[in-house]
Amino acid sequence: MKVTLPRSFWAIAVIMTIFGVAALLRALKFGSVPIVSATEIPQSALILPAQLNAELEKRKGEAPLVLQVGSRVMFEQGHIPGAEFVGPAVQPEGIGLLQNRVASLPRGKYIVLYCGCCPWTRCPNMGTAYRFLIGMGFKNVKALYLPNNFGEDWVTQGYRVEK
Amino acid sequence: MTPFWIGSTPFRKPLSRRGLFCLAVLITLCLANGSDAVRASGRLIGRVAPGFARRSLHGETVDLSGYRGKVVLLNFWATWCGPCRAELPRFDRWQAKYQARGLQVLAISMDDDPALARGVVDKLGLHFPVVMGDSQLGSLYGGVFGLPVTYLIDRNGVVRRRIEGEAKSDVLEKEIVALLSEPNR
Repeated sequence: MKVTLPRSFWAIAVIMTIFGVAALLRALKFGSVPIVSATEIPQSALILPAQLNAELEKRKGEAPLVLQVGSRVMFEQGHIPGAEFVGPAVQPEGIGLLQNRVASLPRGKYIVLYCGCCPWTRCPNMGTAYRFLIGMGFKNVKALYLPNNFGEDWVTQGYRVEK
Repeated sequence: MTPFWIGSTPFRKPLSRRGLFCLAVLITLCLANGSDAVRASGRLIGRVAPGFARRSLHGETVDLSGYRGKVVLLNFWATWCGPCRAELPRFDRWQAKYQARGLQVLAISMDDDPALARGVVDKLGLHFPVVMGDSQLGSLYGGVFGLPVTYLIDRNGVVRRRIEGEAKSDVLEKEIVALLSEPNR
């Protein structure tokens, strides 16, 4: 038995396809990515402030590329020595900067992400940036575990800060 | 979520006297060498709040000195900060509730893009002035390295409290009421 679909069905299908393609293009153009909670970062990918500080101080072996994924205002007040600003990963501009910064790097590059703008469990930037880098194929990405914020967990601990 | 290594015991043997002494010296040195920002934030308590004058997101001039005689709740926040966005509507309710008694809420967005901050302010329907912050203003206020940060400033313009992170609303409201009850010297 031959089933004939009504014209309205095809019209709706075409419209939905157009909307879908438009949404996809917009997502690609503006680099929007799904927001991932920091709590979804695997424990094996976390690095503690004391550990990172020790790695930065020893100055032997491969120095990590430290990227701040919070706001520029916060970065300019003070940041981890040598860290680079890429911006809030939750915003398209931030993800765009992150993508541009790491695009040409070898996928084995040691990268440390940090934010610390707000408490870990409420941070939308860390998980998003981490997932994005893993999605790009990076295999050696660590996330600096700052349970409270950069002030309490890094600055107050007496670790070096650069302006 | 707590990393697996937190809570583990790094020392298998009890510390010797020498070890304890070294540890005490280390802790003392750490405390003595706290960062400038941390010391600065502590130094603000009991002192006149650093002045600033900026244009708000909606075009009005906000000069802190113009609020002498009022109790000022000064809040640093950002659009992506969950605890900040939870607090702002509460502060807005307090602004309405205590305005007649002399409360003024002022907010400083630490976002990079004013458009984002304006969008959230409009979406939340906030009725108090919001200005854009920068690293200079953050440093003036002892370093704002995490959000939210809230200051309570009394009627004489003196900083009375700095709260880091989301404030306990009942405790903060009591403190505001107490400050509102203090006379203007």
